[in-house]
Amino acid sequence: MTTTSRGSFEDGTASRSPLYRPEVRQVIYQVLLLLALGYLVYWVVNNVADNLRRQNIASGFDFLNRTSGFDVSQTLIPYSNTSTYGRAFWVGLLNTLLVAGLGIVFATVLGFVIGIARLSSNWLVARLAGAYVEIVRNLPLLLQLFFWYFAVLKTLPSPRQSYVLPGGAFFNVRGLYLPMPVPEMGFSRVAAAFWAALILSIGIGWWARRRQRVTGQRFRVLRTVLVLVVGMPLFAYFTSGQPLSWSYPELRGFNFQGGIVVLPELLALLFGLSFYTASFIAEIVRAGILGVPKGQTEAAQALGLTNRQSLRLVIVPQAARIIIPPLTSQYLNLTKNSSLAVAIGYPDFVNVFTGTVLNQTGQAIEVILVTMAVFLLLSLLTSIFMNWFNRRMALVER
Amino acid sequence: MTASARPLTPPPTTANGPWAWLRANLFSSIGNTILTVIAGWIVYQVAHGVIGWAFVNATFEGEDGGACTRENAGACWPFVSAWFGQFMYGRYPDAERWRVNLTYALALAGLVPLMVPRIPGKLWSSLYVLGVFPILATILLAGGVFGLPDVPTDSWGGLLVTLVISSVGIAAAFPIGILLALGRRSEMPIVRWASVGFIEFVRGVPLITVLFMSSVMLPLFLPNGWTIDKLVRALIMVALFSAAYLAEVIRGGLQAIPRGQFEAADALGLSYPHKMGLIILPQALKLVIPGIVNTLIGLFKDTSLVLIIGIFDLLGMVQAALSAQRWLSPATPMTGYVFAGFVFWIFCFGMSRYSLMLERRLAPGGQRTIAKAAYD
Repeated sequence: MTTTSRGSFEDGTASRSPLYRPEVRQVIYQVLLLLALGYLVYWVVNNVADNLRRQNIASGFDFLNRTSGFDVSQTLIPYSNTSTYGRAFWVGLLNTLLVAGLGIVFATVLGFVIGIARLSSNWLVARLAGAYVEIVRNLPLLLQLFFWYFAVLKTLPSPRQSYVLPGGAFFNVRGLYLPMPVPEMGFSRVAAAFWAALILSIGIGWWARRRQRVTGQRFRVLRTVLVLVVGMPLFAYFTSGQPLSWSYPELRGFNFQGGIVVLPELLALLFGLSFYTASFIAEIVRAGILGVPKGQTEAAQALGLTNRQSLRLVIVPQAARIIIPPLTSQYLNLTKNSSLAVAIGYPDFVNVFTGTVLNQTGQAIEVILVTMAVFLLLSLLTSIFMNWFNRRMALVER
Repeated sequence: MTASARPLTPPPTTANGPWAWLRANLFSSIGNTILTVIAGWIVYQVAHGVIGWAFVNATFEGEDGGACTRENAGACWPFVSAWFGQFMYGRYPDAERWRVNLTYALALAGLVPLMVPRIPGKLWSSLYVLGVFPILATILLAGGVFGLPDVPTDSWGGLLVTLVISSVGIAAAFPIGILLALGRRSEMPIVRWASVGFIEFVRGVPLITVLFMSSVMLPLFLPNGWTIDKLVRALIMVALFSAAYLAEVIRGGLQAIPRGQFEAADALGLSYPHKMGLIILPQALKLVIPGIVNTLIGLFKDTSLVLIIGIFDLLGMVQAALSAQRWLSPATPMTGYVFAGFVFWIFCFGMSRYSLMLERRLAPGGQRTIAKAAYD
């Protein structure tokens, strides 16, 4: 026992036995934990190797290049049953991202409306929003998905008795049939105009911020940007001879041809995810708005800001600081929950890859590992965004 | 001078009474009036639809789906009454169902004294609920001893399985969650990294992939010939999954405890288990009761996912009943889901109200919770 810099008291206990010293104990605990974990891993790997040998399953990712031999009901990229398993992976992943993206948009809009309605001074509106939240939040998402799919969408009439919606759309048991825009020769000019307007808008925003910092003059960025982004493509559209036609769905025999079909599985998943997540977002929005002290509104009024200015410059930025972190985790939740697609047969990533591909190839370990890796990557990206956002929004205190 | 009492002037009707309330809360401005009309219309439509479906157009008697097949048919209630036994107990043998009911009664006998704040003897009731009741429940439900016929878990189902998975899940998740939360805040790097790794991994993936893992990967992990009961497998996975979420909730509570509390415990010479068990955790857990109950509600709702790996919980049983030929009718699915939803909702809503009540009781004097402030 040469040195402990903490004085005679510790030396006294240490002289009894080194086991009483916290540092020694910490090392022992950690070594034990490491040994236990190491043994667990060794045991599992051993068992897996043994089981795989017994069942004659070759490990590795070669199966991704083999022909899949199954069809997928909705594909965003070209795919057929002669494509590879690797291609099926991408088809599923894109379908997941599609439903997650659309779901996030709908859930956010609905969630904000309901969250604000819950704080309304109108008694009936506030109660209605409250009832929505209390009912939807307390029901399992899977039940809601089943409800939308089996009880609502699957009881719609057959194609011959479809509901006719305005604008040439039809709604029946096979899905929602919408007219599809078909770009023709010269449409690329409209697209180019749109991108040019977008780049121009970013430039204007940057210039306006700089000018305000230097001269204090404000520039109406939002208005200008809206005019640019809507106006420029419209102008290009009309000057280049309206290069866009519509393909309308038409009843031929027993089914519709043409147009674009939104599968009932996708609709049910979208309804379920959006309504369910909206009830959580509504609570987050409510808490965020309530979290901004009343004094802030009063101070903004005392400064002579108009109602809109105080909302835009004082209330919303502070509420956003409270709202955005839990909102991001709701978005992540929605994406993870989209895996329930497997229960109603929407070909999402888990259904196509972790379901069908796993069943056909029997490569359980590889498929589950890839599945987990995809979801972990998504949550890693989300948490990187959150950290960046928190740093940006953190209160700068003097 | 004579003083004659003048009759009291009635209060102005515009500032008091129901009309004033209506004016202030529903018709204060043109915009508000429009909103009220729209909201009123929605309420009317929903109420009209629900009453029409559940009562006016509903079928109350019948032997099969044919009774419910007609134009504009509402709810098909005989479907629910025909299947009620299975919805509640699954394929648990009829003659043995008293064992399930007795288990519920035993659970209530422990939970009521534990949950109602006014009843004393919390220590005894918690000892009963955590120590004695699980043993009694296992004996009663599984049987095989004391002359009780053996009931394999395959025949458990319905609400019974939902309750078993969620209660065992939470009971197992709680200690694991506390350990993980403490591990994440430990000074020992290996303990910390192991906890962080587990928590972040589990929170990053959907429950359904974890359940898939339990059914396709776990058999590969175990030595050849070892098998684990399907229900037990789901229980383990649900417990581990919830433990990671609970750990994060509890960590929030630990972080909210002022440093002084840790230092005071150290100054008293308390060991680590004493410091945590007597000083830190009681305060931290009290702070995060709403979060814990939210996790519990989430767990309860998530138990419905086990139907994907072939366990028939309440929703799974309803789903199975809906595919039975005999009750096929356009009105049946809606009826089944509304019934299951009603049962789930009662439990979840009850739990959330109970947590609000606790939150108010436990809130330090003078502090208001957000939920309360919303209505002020």
